[in-house]
Amino acid sequence: MSKGVLVDVTRCIDCKSCMVACKVWNDLPSRKTEFSNDLDAGQLNSDTYTVVNNCISEKGDEVIWRFVKRQCMHCKEPACESACFTHSFVKTKEGAVIYKPTVLDQDYCVGCRYCMIACPFSVPTFQWEKAFPFVEKCTFCYERTQQGLKTACSQACPTETLKFGDREELLAEAWQRINSNPKYIKHVYGEKEYGGTSWMYISDVPFEQLGFKTNVFNRPVTEKSIPSLTWQVLKWTPYIFVGWGALLTAMRAYTKRRAEVHNEEEMYGPVDPKE
Amino acid sequence: MYGRNWSFRITWFRILMIILVLVAVAAALYRFIFGLGAITNLNDQWPWGLWIGFDLLCGIALAGGGFSTALVVHILHKDKYLPIARAALLTSLLGYIISMVSLFLDIGRWFNFWRPFFYWGFHSVLFEVFWCISLYTTIQVLEFGDIFFEKVKFPALKKILGYMMTPLLILGIILPSLHQSSLGSLYIVAIDKLYPLWWSMLIPFFFVWSAFFLGPAMVTVEGTLAARAYGRDPELPVFQSLTKLTMWMMIIYFIVKMIDLNYRGVFGMAFNGSYESNMFLIEMIVFILLPIFMYAIPSIRTKLWGVVTASLLVVVGVVFNRMNVVFTGMAKSVGGSYFPSIWEFLITIGMWSALALAYLFIVENFSILPKEEHTHSTHTNYGTGFNA
Repeated sequence: MSKGVLVDVTRCIDCKSCMVACKVWNDLPSRKTEFSNDLDAGQLNSDTYTVVNNCISEKGDEVIWRFVKRQCMHCKEPACESACFTHSFVKTKEGAVIYKPTVLDQDYCVGCRYCMIACPFSVPTFQWEKAFPFVEKCTFCYERTQQGLKTACSQACPTETLKFGDREELLAEAWQRINSNPKYIKHVYGEKEYGGTSWMYISDVPFEQLGFKTNVFNRPVTEKSIPSLTWQVLKWTPYIFVGWGALLTAMRAYTKRRAEVHNEEEMYGPVDPKE
Repeated sequence: MYGRNWSFRITWFRILMIILVLVAVAAALYRFIFGLGAITNLNDQWPWGLWIGFDLLCGIALAGGGFSTALVVHILHKDKYLPIARAALLTSLLGYIISMVSLFLDIGRWFNFWRPFFYWGFHSVLFEVFWCISLYTTIQVLEFGDIFFEKVKFPALKKILGYMMTPLLILGIILPSLHQSSLGSLYIVAIDKLYPLWWSMLIPFFFVWSAFFLGPAMVTVEGTLAARAYGRDPELPVFQSLTKLTMWMMIIYFIVKMIDLNYRGVFGMAFNGSYESNMFLIEMIVFILLPIFMYAIPSIRTKLWGVVTASLLVVVGVVFNRMNVVFTGMAKSVGGSYFPSIWEFLITIGMWSALALAYLFIVENFSILPKEEHTHSTHTNYGTGFNA
């Protein structure tokens, strides 16, 4: 069964336990941060697989704060996987999008960073400061979930904001929560976006106010999976190769009959550089 | 025939270029040892910068002259274009080598560069690009071998190459057709990131089509530069008859672009006053419509300045288009900021200097350009109908 996490934004208290748990479990170094008034945790980077961002929004006269945990969404059909030309990234049957587990351990990656261009959520980050860098992002705690454990972040969450489980069951629960309480926005973010993601969010504040990608260039984000779009074009490659090749061969044969013969060695010569 | 010895005249300008190459080599070594962060301004928001955007995408597009000329000369046998055939092949070969070098510089784990040959991520557009570029560069080296062995006598090898030439020529058109379009398809994944004036399911068509019509323009610009440098007469009649092809291809490009924008319902975005829309309008008006008009008007087209200016606009226009795709169109959605560091610029300048030096060395030592009659006043008319 493919796993998932349901994030209920209404429950988050910004304690950042998930961030700490993530750093500890993945043994990631800390980075020096800058002080900011709103305690926002900033952006993802190659040492930080997850952050909690603060969003201030208004409901009537009331100013309300919401806290949104961000990390890799683990798409059902990941753009990064389809973009990887050595197939280093894979979607495991458990749902994690990670470097393919191999004996050689991660050593297919060329470091081309096309996955970073491809990701619609701009999640993958790069170890810019290293001589032989990898692309880094949330691994969905692949080792833990294989042992039947929750992800480190959902284990650490004290308010049940993060609920780890089977994706389809979580999706049903998300809609059940939405339908039983009118405060929720009638939308599960991640149900359909880009073909669906393993991480899903529900909220009482419109998602666009929380910094989610809902509209881009004045139109809703696509619900098609990105790999399916690319494949629509790529699948023609063999036919173009054969068809165009046959056409060129035929044209060359046809025009050759009428062509004159040239002695190319007589026609061209080296240039004498002038003084 | 001009002697069999090797020669390379040293001028002050060439010394300057050699120094620039050496600086770039030193910077590149530093980058290989200390990583990309050490000398580039690339970051998580802007994983691709100058080397991919300019050196790779534009280098390959500018090399488009190789395959469009090969198609015209070797497939359609339009013999009047023979004088430019070898120069176009050479520029193309050097352009591809630049692209391969910049790709090698840009990949983080460069010792793994060969992996895609053995680990097939065939659902990636980059996989197709990588294979096609590698194979096509090899093919161009072999095609060039035919010229190389005219000077360096090795009859057995030349004979083998002669047998291989037809399949090589045909593969040498299929492969670039495929990957010129794939370079555009690379950005299909950037749906919702690339501004809709550039993002389209037809972007592979726009890339391959523009690379093709760029070819004759590039040949014109490069031919004029070479003629200027060596005090020769430019191949004006060849340049002029090429304009017709370029012009019609550009008209088709423009029409398809308009249909595509309308079909996707984003035509209005071209006039919404945003930074992207203005850049798009410049691209369309200055670099597509203006050259079309210049090519269409006989009194401009028949003059050397006219055909060269229009061709220069086409060349700059394709570079402008690629820059818009890589930078302008992505800026709004990815945020952050990127401007190339001095080292990124120096390495780029060094690579293009190396290209210029290689070009000069090769045309001065191999039979690339048509032989020039030394009686300048009267042009001898070859049987094939061009002024040599």
